[in-house]
Amino acid sequence: MKVTVPIPVKKVYEMKGPKRVQEILKELGLPYESVIVIYQQDLLTPDAVVPDDAEIEVRPAISGGEA
Amino acid sequence: MKCTKCGGKAVVPIKRHNAAFCAEHFFEYFENQVERAIKEHRMFRRGDKILVAVSGGKDSLAVWDVLLRMGYEAHGLYIDLGIGEYSQRSKEKVLKFAEQRGATLRVVSIEEEFGLGTPEFARKAGRPACSACGLNKRYLFNREALRGGYDVIVTGHNLDDEAATLLGNILNWNVGYLARQSPVLEATAPNLVKKAKPLYRLTEREIASYCVLRGIDYIVEECPMAKGAKSIEYKYLLNQLEELSPGAKARFFFGFLEKGRPHFEAEQEKVEVRPCQVCGQPTTAEVCAHCRMLQRVGAAAAP
Ligand code: SF4
Ligand SMILES: [Zn+2]
Ligand SMILES: [Zn+2]
Repeated sequence: MKVTVPIPVKKVYEMKGPKRVQEILKELGLPYESVIVIYQQDLLTPDAVVPDDAEIEVRPAISGGEA
Repeated sequence: MKCTKCGGKAVVPIKRHNAAFCAEHFFEYFENQVERAIKEHRMFRRGDKILVAVSGGKDSLAVWDVLLRMGYEAHGLYIDLGIGEYSQRSKEKVLKFAEQRGATLRVVSIEEEFGLGTPEFARKAGRPACSACGLNKRYLFNREALRGGYDVIVTGHNLDDEAATLLGNILNWNVGYLARQSPVLEATAPNLVKKAKPLYRLTEREIASYCVLRGIDYIVEECPMAKGAKSIEYKYLLNQLEELSPGAKARFFFGFLEKGRPHFEAEQEKVEVRPCQVCGQPTTAEVCAHCRMLQRVGAAAAP
């Protein structure tokens, strides 16, 4: 599967599926509290299993600076 | 994972409430949290004129969206900060959002107001970008709200913002800030408009989820000036705590509001506030910090 993390610098990872969202995040070192996981314009929960042929986006939800 | 309310497929789990929601029930939860924030802190009432400070990011567009849906008279204020392509892209998002909803949007530009974009302006002012930018924004929000006759300025500050600010203020024991940090800042002086943060009960993940589920197209990239901001590190630390102990952020901030802040407030010395001799906005000095900064940059203050 293809996993895109758009910020701080856009990165694309290749991973072997099927795999749980939880494990994908663990490999990326991103806590679930600080991201959203988007698949076909819908959101995936940590227990969701992502098939090998999927493309997902793991989008950090944290922003900084004096907002 | 199943929705706690209807048993359908859940899309947003919320551990601190021991819940998970489908899109429909998540929207209901989201509005309830906003409603509760507004009521508990008497932020504004139906019929009040509300000015929402919008940046094009998830928080400000989400709060604008939810207030419009709840039937409030909420107009947007976008400040073009003149930060290269980032500003251009964020402005496009805001314009599109307003157009799709037929919402009223006011736009002001730092370059038109003060002659320089934020990066050059900050360099001339001899201040870190976010400090100069923060002063400019605060000044313009207040000025535009006064000009337009608004009752309240709304910002998109969320639970993570507030918890990170609180952590920073405690680590440095900024007692003055601890006395003032609040979801609502009353108009305590003439020419000062009340400020409110209706999203303070919601986390960044919940707000980003709201935007995606509502189809709100926000700017995902960060302001390039935000790099290395302390607040981001604090937020990561707090989220690690949250994973260990769901609800930690909410207990930290809500507990402070209930049990901590009153002490700092009581200790605070009364400072005398008067109108700035140049711009008329409230200050503790003769000339306010913003006007002094403009003098330093050599830009003229628009009265
Ligand atoms: S990150 Fe700093 S420079 Fe960028 S918009 Fe926020 S306050 Fe302004
Ligand atoms: Zn449901
Ligand atoms: Zn002034």
